[in-house]
Amino acid sequence: MPKPDSLQGSLDLLVLKILSRRPGLHGYALMTAIQDTSGEVLRVEEGSLYPALHRMEEAGWIRAEWITKDSGRRARIYELTATGRKQLASEESRWSSLTAAVNRVLRTA
Amino acid sequence: MSLWSRIANAFRSESLNREIDSELESHLEEARAAGRDLQEVRRAFGSPLRHREQIRDAKLLPWLDSLGADSSFAVRQLKKHKVTSVAAILSLALAIGSCTSAFRIIDAILLRPIPIKNPQNLYATSREGINFSNEFSNFDGSAYPMFQQLRAAVSDQAELIAISYSERMDLAFSSDQAVEKAHIQYVSGNMFAAFGLNPAVGRLFTDSDNLHPRAHPYAVISYDFWSQRFHRDPQVIGKTFHLGDTIFEIIGVSEKDFTGTEPGTVIDIFLPTMMHPSVTRDDSTWHRTFVIVKPGVPREPLRAKLEANSQAFERNRAKSFVGMPQQALENFLNQREVLEPAPQGVSGLQHDNRPALAALAILVSLVLLIACANVANLMTAQASARGREMALRISIGAGRARLIQMVLIESAWVATLAAVIGTLFAAWSAPFVVSLINPPDNPARLILPADGRVLGFGIALTVLVTCVFGLFPALRASAINPSSELKGGDDPHSRRRVMHTLVALQVAFCFLVLFVAGLFVTTFHRLAHLSVGFNPDRLLVLSTATPSPQLAIVWQQIADHLRSVPGVQKSALCDSALLGGNSSNDYISISGGRPIEVLAYFRKISPGWLDEMQIPLLSGRDFLPSDSGPSVAIVNETFAKTYFSGQNPVGKTFERAADEVVVVGLVHDASYRSIRELHLPTVFIPFWQNRSDSEPKLIGDATFIVRTAGDNPLSLAQALRAEVPNARSEFRVSDIRTQLELVQDQTVRERLLATLAFFFAAVALLLASIGLYGVLNYSVLERRREIGIRMAVGAQATDIVRRVTADIFLAILGGAAAGLILGIISARSLQSLFYQVKPTDLAMLALPSLTILAAAALASLPAVLNAVRTDPVQILRTD
Repeated sequence: MPKPDSLQGSLDLLVLKILSRRPGLHGYALMTAIQDTSGEVLRVEEGSLYPALHRMEEAGWIRAEWITKDSGRRARIYELTATGRKQLASEESRWSSLTAAVNRVLRTA
Repeated sequence: MSLWSRIANAFRSESLNREIDSELESHLEEARAAGRDLQEVRRAFGSPLRHREQIRDAKLLPWLDSLGADSSFAVRQLKKHKVTSVAAILSLALAIGSCTSAFRIIDAILLRPIPIKNPQNLYATSREGINFSNEFSNFDGSAYPMFQQLRAAVSDQAELIAISYSERMDLAFSSDQAVEKAHIQYVSGNMFAAFGLNPAVGRLFTDSDNLHPRAHPYAVISYDFWSQRFHRDPQVIGKTFHLGDTIFEIIGVSEKDFTGTEPGTVIDIFLPTMMHPSVTRDDSTWHRTFVIVKPGVPREPLRAKLEANSQAFERNRAKSFVGMPQQALENFLNQREVLEPAPQGVSGLQHDNRPALAALAILVSLVLLIACANVANLMTAQASARGREMALRISIGAGRARLIQMVLIESAWVATLAAVIGTLFAAWSAPFVVSLINPPDNPARLILPADGRVLGFGIALTVLVTCVFGLFPALRASAINPSSELKGGDDPHSRRRVMHTLVALQVAFCFLVLFVAGLFVTTFHRLAHLSVGFNPDRLLVLSTATPSPQLAIVWQQIADHLRSVPGVQKSALCDSALLGGNSSNDYISISGGRPIEVLAYFRKISPGWLDEMQIPLLSGRDFLPSDSGPSVAIVNETFAKTYFSGQNPVGKTFERAADEVVVVGLVHDASYRSIRELHLPTVFIPFWQNRSDSEPKLIGDATFIVRTAGDNPLSLAQALRAEVPNARSEFRVSDIRTQLELVQDQTVRERLLATLAFFFAAVALLLASIGLYGVLNYSVLERRREIGIRMAVGAQATDIVRRVTADIFLAILGGAAAGLILGIISARSLQSLFYQVKPTDLAMLALPSLTILAAAALASLPAVLNAVRTDPVQILRTD
């Protein structure tokens, strides 16, 4: 039984979507952004966020750089690449066809 | 790009770790700034090591990462057992080096396609059938008029190319008058274009440079000659040189890597075939015929067409034959045309050394297997010490595949280090071995490039070797059952059984190498001590030529003049030295009968030559200066046996073509062209003798034989070379050799085989002994508690020795027996390389057996002493 806050493999989609609207977020900000925009429903497990970010970086969807913030803290910030934008589009359409299908089942069954 | 960055990441794994850690650090700081409890965040992250591991798996290739880790672990392992590792690496290096140098030589002579455009379309022609000596043979020489006829006949299906046998000739560049030697090859004008070769400088021959006999005095030089002789001077075009009585002009330099079509000889100068002195003769076979088959043309009809044309040509020519037995004529006319692929070119070196090289390849492979067995044994012994480590690794979750990988990587390190050292060894030894093949006068040159082929072979060999000796220990290590291994093992003897099997294998291979080496050494020994029928000591052979041929009397005057040089005892003349490579034969008949089907061999000599060569006169007399005309001959014993059924032939006559010849003397047999074959029926005739129907003959080249007083005849070489032009200014000595060298050249191949086989036998014995020592030493160490207990309860030293060595000597005996059987089987296929040696001789079998037993006894001595000296008290206390 999955937990209600489980992302069910849609972590990539959420990260890409948020980075497309607000490029230059670091890992912690990404996590809180997902939490906030989903109305505290979706929670990202901290242990799985970074492996996912590095995997997407290796796939060439996002790129990262180290910056020093005004507060003097260093942070690794992420933004979308051109490939990432394409990936986002295909993930979005996959997601909407998936939810549409699930909805159909819910309506008719 | 991603793959590349993942490979690159594997090599910057430390900085990757730092990056992951600092990102985690920055996350924690953000969390603290947001007011969260740090402990809770850390808990949410889980183990930082696992976190790091997950990211690393995403960032780099996990297998490459683990490979790197295993690799550095393997190096640590090798460093830990320094002595064993060095022994393993060095013994393997010796074997890999031997294999690599053998490969380089075999590749250069037999396997490597010559650097032309389409070597796979290149074929060589030859004719096979029963030859004049009544043996089945294959000969690839052809006469130029026949070539022209064949070329025209098949021009729509194939391009025919004539390329002469390379000759080492004297020439002088007009710029500096000194005489020098160069390898010369006459080629038809279409060769360069058909081979797709381009000029490096100037231009190359075309068919229009090869239209009329003696009308095209042009030369193309090879890139190699251009580099060595002219230091790549582009001004070389237009330079001229004298060769024989012709002045040639250099018109171009051929493409860089092309050195002719004869592996073993690097051609210096190419000349048009039309400039060859025998180009119009239909009875002089001085060139090979190569064929480039056009795409889509089937081979067999082409071959049949060539055969029909060449047979027609010979039938036409045979009409003028006189004095040939009917059967010989029929055999001659029914020769079959052979069309064989020749992407590697064709050379005598290939033909002469193919079986020897094959034998060599087998010997080095055996040495390699022995070395592999050695290393496998060393690794198995080490693996026993690491059984617990492996068991522990499995217990905490290492996969079998990962364990195999770990052990194999260690093997790969050993093999790679050995390959590197071995390659260095080969870089030195391959040219060294080639220099052994070479007769000193005519240094055959083999192009031995260290290119992709050699690299590929080296890598393939390394991988193969790794698998041969590494896979077994690796599979064993991975098959460990942790629970029983940690308790001490189910079957403590299994490892020893493996090692004993390997020892038996080693002994079998070692026996085989020793056995074959013994046969080669004995062959060489027999040949080297063969009587040649004359005394070659202190004899100098001076091949001499003059551009304007002279009467025999002029030659005789020079021979007399040479006798006045201080240090010269005797001097005489002949057409060509015994064992010098030239032979001349003819059919004879007796008292008007039909020509006899056994060929007689002729040699022209001056009076005193027999005495100088110390060929004993058995009956009759030597020639006299007054013996002119065609009528006299001196024959040898074999001649008397063959044609006069053993009667004294002095005073009898025989006919050669139209001439009647009187035998005036009988001499002892002497080797004519090969020390190996039975003595040939030989006829000596006066040097100045002419056929009855011809004018007094002018002679362009002949050979002076000089016997010196001193033991080193070559010390007179310079003086004699200078003295010949002093006697007659236009005469030139083209070559000086000692008769002893000519005799020794006959056994070059056997000497090479004997030397190398002896070397490999020594290496094989050394490796097998090291292996035996290692295994015995290991088993004594492993059983030291058992030995200690046995001694404590009163076992005698002899009993201990028997227990320690019984198994292994059984393995040795088994191995030797297997080796013996293998040896007798394989010796049969090597028969052509042996001379008067029977593989089944008791001495041939006893020698390797005794050597191996002695080596085994010696190798086991330290371990046995160690076992006997075991102090039971000390052993039982420590454990």
